[in-house]
Amino acid sequence: MTDKTTGTTAVDQAAARSRRLRTAIAALGMLPVLVLLAAGFQFINPRFLTGTNLLIVTQQSSINIVLAAGMTFVILTGGIDLSVGSILAASAMVAVLVSLVPDWGLLGVPAAILVGLGFGLINGLLVAYIRLPPFIVTLGSLTAVRGVARLLGQDTTVFNSDLPFDFIGNGSVLGIPWLVIIALTVVVLSWLVLKRSVLGTWIYAVGGNAEAARLTGIKVPLVLLFVYGVSGLLAGLGGAMSAARLYAANGLQLGQSYELDAIAAVILGGTSFVGGVGSIWGTLIGGLIIAVLSNGLILAGVSDIWQYIIKGLVIIVAVALDRYRLQAGART
Amino acid sequence: MSAAVQAQTDRRPVLEMRHISKTFGAIRALQDVSLTVHAGELHALMGENGAGKSTLMKVLSGAYRPDPGGEILIDGAPAATGDPIKARAAGIAVIYQELSLAPNLTVAQNIFLGNEPRRFGIVDRDQCNRRAAEIVGRLGVSFSARALVSSLSLGERQLVEIARALSTNARIIVMDEPTTSLTSRETDRLFEVIATLKAQGIAIIYISHRMEEVYQLADRVSVLRDSGYVGTLERADLNASRLVSMMVGRDLSAFYKKDHRPPGEKRAVALSVRGMSDGRLLKNCSFDLHHGEVLALAGLVGSGRTELARLIFGADKRSAGAMELDGKPVTIGSPREALDAGIAYLTEDRKELGLFLDMSISDNISMGVLARDARTGGFRDFTAADRRAAKAISDLSIRTGSAQANAGSLSGGNQQKVLLARLLETEPKVVILDEPTRGVDVGAKSEIYRLIDNLANKGIAILMISSELPEVIGVADRVLVMRDGAIAGEVTASEGEPLRQEAIMELATGAAQK
Repeated sequence: MTDKTTGTTAVDQAAARSRRLRTAIAALGMLPVLVLLAAGFQFINPRFLTGTNLLIVTQQSSINIVLAAGMTFVILTGGIDLSVGSILAASAMVAVLVSLVPDWGLLGVPAAILVGLGFGLINGLLVAYIRLPPFIVTLGSLTAVRGVARLLGQDTTVFNSDLPFDFIGNGSVLGIPWLVIIALTVVVLSWLVLKRSVLGTWIYAVGGNAEAARLTGIKVPLVLLFVYGVSGLLAGLGGAMSAARLYAANGLQLGQSYELDAIAAVILGGTSFVGGVGSIWGTLIGGLIIAVLSNGLILAGVSDIWQYIIKGLVIIVAVALDRYRLQAGART
Repeated sequence: MSAAVQAQTDRRPVLEMRHISKTFGAIRALQDVSLTVHAGELHALMGENGAGKSTLMKVLSGAYRPDPGGEILIDGAPAATGDPIKARAAGIAVIYQELSLAPNLTVAQNIFLGNEPRRFGIVDRDQCNRRAAEIVGRLGVSFSARALVSSLSLGERQLVEIARALSTNARIIVMDEPTTSLTSRETDRLFEVIATLKAQGIAIIYISHRMEEVYQLADRVSVLRDSGYVGTLERADLNASRLVSMMVGRDLSAFYKKDHRPPGEKRAVALSVRGMSDGRLLKNCSFDLHHGEVLALAGLVGSGRTELARLIFGADKRSAGAMELDGKPVTIGSPREALDAGIAYLTEDRKELGLFLDMSISDNISMGVLARDARTGGFRDFTAADRRAAKAISDLSIRTGSAQANAGSLSGGNQQKVLLARLLETEPKVVILDEPTRGVDVGAKSEIYRLIDNLANKGIAILMISSELPEVIGVADRVLVMRDGAIAGEVTASEGEPLRQEAIMELATGAAQK
């Protein structure tokens, strides 16, 4: 009997070890890719790894990382939020419009965040309580909110050259752009919620096994409402960041297909598309990979058309990796 | 056919596995196991979870390559190892617990999936249907080869899997716990098919934890323990205590434990259920459950036992009915409310409805009490979780290397203990256990029985759903029998008169009314 116990434990330990290794590979697996990409682009164009350019890369990735952080919450529950690009556009419109109100212009930022939260909660209500599939709900709001964004500015571009919160988009503290500080803060807060809070464990539980979560007494609809709310709220924050950067917003063009970059960042980061497995650090690396790709391809002189093709292929390879990882982790 | 019958009688070994060892790194999963299977025999393979049965079958099916020195002979000739395609070509087919059929396709399409008869490069649908009908006919089953798999019951789907094995001319079919999710009628059907297969000279390796099945079916039984081969018993030598002691390496004289509660003793009512209906299957179910009592809910599969349990637990919506807990009316509309009231439920389907397989054992155990343990600001108290996990692992002897290992890495019995631990952490007054020992090995079973006994002794009221009558008789103080969504009757023990299996079966089948 003793032999048996140690034997089983040894097998369990070996399994646990290889599982941990796989988890580590899944989380870190993309870090070498990021390093390799950076090294490759540096080889092609020595301007890539300069302080100025790296600041540009992180700045460019910051909005996508904020959106992708929200997307991580949603995808961890096994859902999807296709509406973040449209919510970003609507929130940016609101941010600029409110910024034009004399003396109250700073309220543009909270207004944008609240608008984003509102749309996110509507998504959440439809998914959690009406029990519609997330893909369909957010596909609908992708279109509808885009319409709202256009409606807000009567389908024109709204400007404010004297934006009271333009420091967010263009200022920096000790040489670090505000955009980067905000993105990193969002990542750290997301990590706190996901890995250190009760709610975070519930999010993983709902994504891992929603029915088991319900039978364990977890209020699954509330958890779902929360993740879609967070995704909307962060899209709203992204809207404010975007408006602050451009001193303008356009309901038609702003944020087009941002949701795809956000999803790509999450998937590249090793978060499982079926939910329950993943991490916010992976998302951060995924977002940086996308930014490095875009920036590096421009510096390498690759045409706009080929940039699309290459980025698309990277996403497909990422999903292939996700599949491979799930298969490798499959239980017998 | 006559040749096949002859093959069955001359005990020609169709399969010999010799000196099979399998190591993974430093771990020995199999140690010098030899197994000989004759044509036309049903060879049962028994052993606790983790004894090496699955590994041995994976070596047979080519999923694993045995360590050097081991060989597999088919019809006396050495066969390739470690190659699933060659193994299939050599006539080996494995039917797994988790069925692997495409529900949206027809029976015929499933049978020939990946192996479709073709004409001019296109799937020959007519030939496909014709040959499938022929194979299905050989099994003597009632459904058509053109039926959609989604329209079939679980038992019928299993027969489709067998048909698929036959389509590749399998001569050795491995069945891994085939009756786990079958009704008794479907089980009978499967056994008839097994008899047909044997008559055709096909050898069956049958993995099962259920003694009754093994008695009924097996020509020979081989037992594995601790990754090694223990021995083989001929049908004539089969004997329950001998089998159990071969499997666990110890005597299990006190297998069931129920030594505390004199029958007939009345205690305070813990849970009173009145007029429960769900508007579909359940009709007006009423009963009382007492403190310190193990009340079994028996009945055939489909009689509504799980449905009633889920209704009490608030997992499904009820159309009528009321409950009292310790004499006070309670309304329970969700599992959360049930848990808050002190009612806990152990699901019958631990993988689909119970565990978070990708999460740690510690998280799984604490999942129901995270909010109670939380620090200010809603942050996790990992120390509390680790303490709970460590206590549960030692109290319930959960075999794992670490509380941080994923629940998915545990064997069935240990997974069940993790779920039991989670349930106990909520400190329930009423515990509903739905098939608490399903798919659990003998050792873990007796530990779970001991746990149930301890809980009852502490005054917790236990409602236990079980399909295994010996378990019902062995563990319960009183038995409620359900039939067609209603409570058909109650079987009680009295002094010197233990619970009778026959009485339960009569109520469950409706035979008592005639």
